[in-house]
Amino acid sequence: MIAALTTPYVAWWALVPLITFAVAGFLLLTVASLVRRLPAVLAPAWTAVAGLGVLLYLVPMWSRVGRDGADSFLAGTVGVDRSSIFVTGILAVAVIAAALISRDYLPREDLPGVELYVLLLMSAAGGVVMASANDLIVLFLGLEILSIAVYVLAALHLRRIESQEAALKYFLLGAFSSAFLLYGIALVYGATGSTNMVRISAFLAQNVLVDDAMLLAGLGLLLVGLGFKVAVVPFHAWTPDVYQGAPTPVVAWMAAGVKAAGFAALMRVFVLTLGTYVSDWRPAFQVIAAATVLAGAVVAVVQTDVKRMLAYSSIVHAGFILVGLQAATDRGNSSVLAYLAVYAFLTVGSFAVVTVVSGTGDASHGLDAYRGMGRRHPALAGVFTVLLLGQAGIPFTGGFVVKLGVLAAAVDGGAYWLAGVAMLAAAVAAFVYLRLLVAMYLEEVPSGTETSGAVPLGALVVAVASAVIVLVVGLVPGPLLDLARDAVPVLVAG
Amino acid sequence: MTAVLLASAGTSSFPVLPALVVTPVLGALLVMVLPRRRPELLKLVAVSTAVVTGAMSFWLLSAFKVGDPGFQFLSETPWMGDLGVSLLFGIDGISLFLVILTGLLFPVALLAIDPGHDARPYYAWMLLLEAGVMGVFGALDLIVFFLCFEVVLVPMYFLIGRWGHGNSARAATKFFLYTMAGSALMLVGILALAFLHADATGADISFDLVAIAEAQSLSTGAARWIFAAFALAFAVKVPIFPLHTWLPDAHTEAPTAGSVILAGVLLKLGTYGFLRFGLYLFPEASHYFAPVFLTLGVVGIVYGAIVATMQADLKRLVAYSSVAHLGFIILGTFALNTEGIEGGLLQMVNHGVSTGALFLLVGMIYERRGTRMIGDLGGLQKSAPVLAGVFMVVMLSSIGLPGLNGFVGEFLVLLGAFNAHRWWAVAAAGGVILAALYLLWAYQRVFHGPAEGDNADMPDLGLREALVLAPLLALIVFMGVYPKPVIERMEPAVDSLVRHVEFHVDGFSEPVSQMGSEIGPLDDSHGEHG
Repeated sequence: MIAALTTPYVAWWALVPLITFAVAGFLLLTVASLVRRLPAVLAPAWTAVAGLGVLLYLVPMWSRVGRDGADSFLAGTVGVDRSSIFVTGILAVAVIAAALISRDYLPREDLPGVELYVLLLMSAAGGVVMASANDLIVLFLGLEILSIAVYVLAALHLRRIESQEAALKYFLLGAFSSAFLLYGIALVYGATGSTNMVRISAFLAQNVLVDDAMLLAGLGLLLVGLGFKVAVVPFHAWTPDVYQGAPTPVVAWMAAGVKAAGFAALMRVFVLTLGTYVSDWRPAFQVIAAATVLAGAVVAVVQTDVKRMLAYSSIVHAGFILVGLQAATDRGNSSVLAYLAVYAFLTVGSFAVVTVVSGTGDASHGLDAYRGMGRRHPALAGVFTVLLLGQAGIPFTGGFVVKLGVLAAAVDGGAYWLAGVAMLAAAVAAFVYLRLLVAMYLEEVPSGTETSGAVPLGALVVAVASAVIVLVVGLVPGPLLDLARDAVPVLVAG
Repeated sequence: MTAVLLASAGTSSFPVLPALVVTPVLGALLVMVLPRRRPELLKLVAVSTAVVTGAMSFWLLSAFKVGDPGFQFLSETPWMGDLGVSLLFGIDGISLFLVILTGLLFPVALLAIDPGHDARPYYAWMLLLEAGVMGVFGALDLIVFFLCFEVVLVPMYFLIGRWGHGNSARAATKFFLYTMAGSALMLVGILALAFLHADATGADISFDLVAIAEAQSLSTGAARWIFAAFALAFAVKVPIFPLHTWLPDAHTEAPTAGSVILAGVLLKLGTYGFLRFGLYLFPEASHYFAPVFLTLGVVGIVYGAIVATMQADLKRLVAYSSVAHLGFIILGTFALNTEGIEGGLLQMVNHGVSTGALFLLVGMIYERRGTRMIGDLGGLQKSAPVLAGVFMVVMLSSIGLPGLNGFVGEFLVLLGAFNAHRWWAVAAAGGVILAALYLLWAYQRVFHGPAEGDNADMPDLGLREALVLAPLLALIVFMGVYPKPVIERMEPAVDSLVRHVEFHVDGFSEPVSQMGSEIGPLDDSHGEHG
């Protein structure tokens, strides 16, 4: 007599994005190792198509979740709700952008042409897992899949010692932070008896812990582990070095994709799972957010390397996102999602321009390289201007709309001081973007700089498309805000 | 609320206020697609766009209902639905003349001065600047106001930085950061105001100026804090005395057109902000903080005048005279009575016209002589009598000579300040004398005396320059001799603002003129909005 084996319910339709990224990566790896010479265009095109396919598939998925509600499967360890779809969309956009930027970058740097795309797809798959994890262990799996791929990506520029250095730093600190996260998960498990987010939140809603020291310690360790991934002060120290050293297209992915996945995880763990403990973690979040915007902005001002400037500016942005996140309300969550979306476009566009300007060797990142760009490359300079103004949060760009969103969430929650600090930091950070504008338009081309040649198509497409989207969102913010409002995350039991 | 507003105002017709914003934007886009090698075509398009916009703003003057204290030409388009932000535009007697001033000064500035290089982005930025300014004066939604208030920094930054003189990149950056830092907290203030209002009234979140101002639902303490956040932004923009240090640099390094617009229009954003978003939204807090602003206003008048006296650079002198003039406007505004506010409002227009014209004239001298140093100039009257004559009239208007526009405004400000706070008015009156001192002295050194070297054969005003200056001169004389058409359009709105302030301030009962307290401002002035 053979007993029937009950396998857990799997909502295959909800796994399609994850499977697409993973299978596309494996297929690309297999084909590349079997076929001796692949056409150079194949790998980036393949990656972009995979991203585009995911993006298109998200549309019916979105309406299906809207109709049937959020779902959870694989014994309640993986969930699908509109927030995970939204973040997957951001990841897909970042994958497409990074692939397009890399298309011309790899031949220019004479680097092998397939590994980057494979790792990119793998890391995107990890991001999707993070965004839809309903269990802390699954979350950790996603984080590791994402991170390990990115460690390798950072080291991909074989001939730049800075690239190796960046990878090593990122790997060592990243391994530590993973350990923190895992230890935090263990402590939370010890305190609540489960690693399942739904069960943890139900347990905390129904029980009052007499001694919650273990839970609080776990909570703190979770914050350290995830705070490292999204680069908030004081876990940000790796960011400038890694951004500076890693290949620029990889940085675009790290800034847009990794950050989106990290914040999605923070939102699921803290706002959804540990929502009952909001009064315990909110003060910590507020202090971290204030420290992040201030430190990021102030230190950005004294940088001379553009990639480091953008690294610190990404820290400021992380602080802003945290300002929305600490509200722990629907308004806050939707503002975080909207911010992540616009920030993804701002940052991939900016790094696309940086990739072009950096020149062969990926080395000219000083302000000198940008001097007189307004004359040499008026179109590229114009696009970069839009993106920088967007990063500064100037009105009628998407950057302002999303800043308004997170500030509104903070003010709605009564955190006036935090909103004030964030705005002052934004004014300080504006100086950084102005320095770039000054270099591009108000300073003469230094003698000896030859005029750069044509702008590669892939990077140009990314930069122009990002700038257009940033402007459109700034002028017609309704659609994005509606999407983000509908994408408010929920945890449901399977 | 706004639906009623729209219905009662009966403005189903052409949305003229959005058109004032959209037209320059379209012009800027058109300029950007025109061929770069045809500067004359670029200028034609830019000037005609500005003229069309100006014509629309003058049309407002004729269509404006005299005697109506409420907002007219209302139009509303929902924008950020979730946050309750909508593109709500409307003007009353307070904003009407600032819109017209904007509509007048931009064509003048565009026509008078050519950029010299990079004509295409220059015209595009000028037109975008105009759109932003029109947006500020027309917006009745707090967020839209803030957007326009902030966005004008970008074109101005590029105009100063790219087409300015000397260390213009530094001046532009200083201007940008100063004003951006100033208004940083205002956004938080706006959000706090809207959320607290929504909490107190139970209504949906909305940034509708009229609704929030008429409800006055905030506690006194909260209102004072939020007022302070607003006031900081406006004080930097005006600029009020200790925050003025960006202004001389920005003015001096800016191209002539930039100075004209900066002095003529952009400085009014702050003073207008105080009237529309300070006094109207926070009557009690405005009254509470009034002594601070009165004092700083007077300090600005005296300080600006003294520093202006010491300047060796003609343009810097005019810049510091602006600090003094804006001190008058602040003094009038915070006198919190009809005379003072009306005078301040008139001074906003007067200062725009007179100082705009002064900057144009200084720019013309600079174009001819290549210097603005008073010490290098002298005896210009002999070679350029017309220019000297025009300069004289404009300067006298700036001093406040009776019969010219400056007098009417200054007189009303002093009258209002005297009624409310005697000793401040006395101190401010000293500033008038100082103004006569530094301007006449400068005039004497530049235009009188023996003409040496290049000063002897400086060409006089050309036809184009004369044509550009003519409307400004006409306004200077017209408003000095017959200010009634202007005042009668301003007065109902100013009156209702003053009564709004009085109504919401306990025990505040000055001045005595036509109180109308038996009706109360809510039913009387904004009745049709309720």
